[in-house]
Parts: sequence; C-alpha cells; structure tokens
Amino acid sequence: MQTMNRGRRQTLQSGGAFAIIAAAVSAGILPASAFADWNKAAFDAKTVNDVVKALGGSGIEKSADITITAPDIAENGAVVPVAVASKIAGTQSIAIVVEKNPYALAAQFDIPAGTEANIGTRVKMGQSSNVHAVVKAGGKYFVATKEVKVTLGGCGG
Amino acid sequence: MADPMRIRAQLKDGGVTEVRVLMAHVMETGQRKDGAGNTVPAHHIQGITATWNGKPVLAAQFGPSVSQNPVLNFSFKGGAKGEKVIITWTDNKGDKRTDEATIS
Repeated sequence: MQTMNRGRRQTLQSGGAFAIIAAAVSAGILPASAFADWNKAAFDAKTVNDVVKALGGSGIEKSADITITAPDIAENGAVVPVAVASKIAGTQSIAIVVEKNPYALAAQFDIPAGTEANIGTRVKMGQSSNVHAVVKAGGKYFVATKEVKVTLGGCGG
Repeated sequence: MADPMRIRAQLKDGGVTEVRVLMAHVMETGQRKDGAGNTVPAHHIQGITATWNGKPVLAAQFGPSVSQNPVLNFSFKGGAKGEKVIITWTDNKGDKRTDEATIS
C-alpha cells in the first residue's frame, strides 16, 4: 500500500467525491453554490502567504479588528479550541492557518450575509506555533496572529 | 454510513440563532503510522454546508488538521423556534452525512 502513487489515489478520491456532490446538486438536493470544490492548493500550502495566494488574494494586511480566541498554552495539541471573530465590515470568509503544521490551512469558512463573522472549531497542532486568522473582506485579505504553545503534540504523537 | 452529528440550534436574544455541531469523524491526517509502521491514509471531512430555510448560512472547507470529531460553532441572524437547520458534510472518501436540528 505504501508504494502506491499517492497523487493518483487522491485525485481519484476527490474525483469521486465531486461526482457525488455534482449528482446531489443536479438532483436539486443542494443549492449549487453551497459546495465549492475543495481547494487542494490552499490546503497544501505551507505558509500564510501561500494560503492567501491559493485562495486568490495578492497580499495581506494586519488588522486589529480580528480576534482569535485560543489558549496561550495548549496541553493537548490534538484538540486546540480556536475561535475567530471579525469586526471588519463585509467579512466574506475566515480561514484558520496553523503555521507549523504539515498542512498549514486547517479550515476555511465562507460567511454569507446574515451569518455572524464569528466561528469556532478545534484544530490539531503538531508543535507550538503561530495561529493566523485570515479574513477576506471586500476582496482584500486581513490577518491576525496569536502564538499558541503546545506541551503535547497532536499529529501522530 | 457515519454516526450522526449532534447539532444544537438555539435562538438567542436579538434574533440570533446559535448553532453548535459535533461531527463524528476520525479526521485521519495521512501522517500517522499504525502499529506495523504503515502510514494510515488520510480520511477527513472536506466540505460542510449549513442551510436554514433552504438558504445557505455557512459553508466550510476542512483540511486534515481539524481535530478528530470536529466541532463547529457559528451563529446567524434570523431563525424562529421550530425551524430547521440542516448540516451536511462530505469527506475525501466520498462519504457524506446530513442531519438536521430544530431551533429551540
């Protein structure tokens, strides 16, 4: 199994997933806009700048209007609660990026009008790292950063 | 079929509905090795959508670094008691699961 071509396997898998989604969309079960393709390039990116590029942005600005709620010290890196709130008007999407993880981008959220720019989830952290919240508003990208120290790594241990 | 999600949707003061979701999923990263030293293939949720009255209220994409049994908290304006919030996820193996909760 180990020698199998990973790239090919993943392509096949994501192709299959897409076909199912496409079938669901065409059957009218889901609104067509609800499922964007999984952005593989963004999830493969290693740095915040690469993530923003893969999401379609050209640069990022620091912003004090983004709040990251995460522990200063996480005892268990497998479960680190992270919440992001943006006060930037017209926030369209929020992404959580853990700088030192093998896959830096943990999750990306599209915020339609009417939904509050305030989301929370839990992420894995392999080691102490900066956690970035990338917010897209009005076509521009903004970032806020918080350092989280991890005493026990959560990626395969 | 995967285990059901636990979803809680609560109407708060100010007409905001707060939704909390707990999904049952292994969220395997593809980095971990099993006891025999073989790499465990990645198996994780990729896409999540939430709708209320047929209107999308959140769409999310997850990578492998979201924790096992992912939690998702969000809130949206609107919603009334008795209305339904429907959440769907799909993973990288094409598995999917849809569950709904009634706003309380």
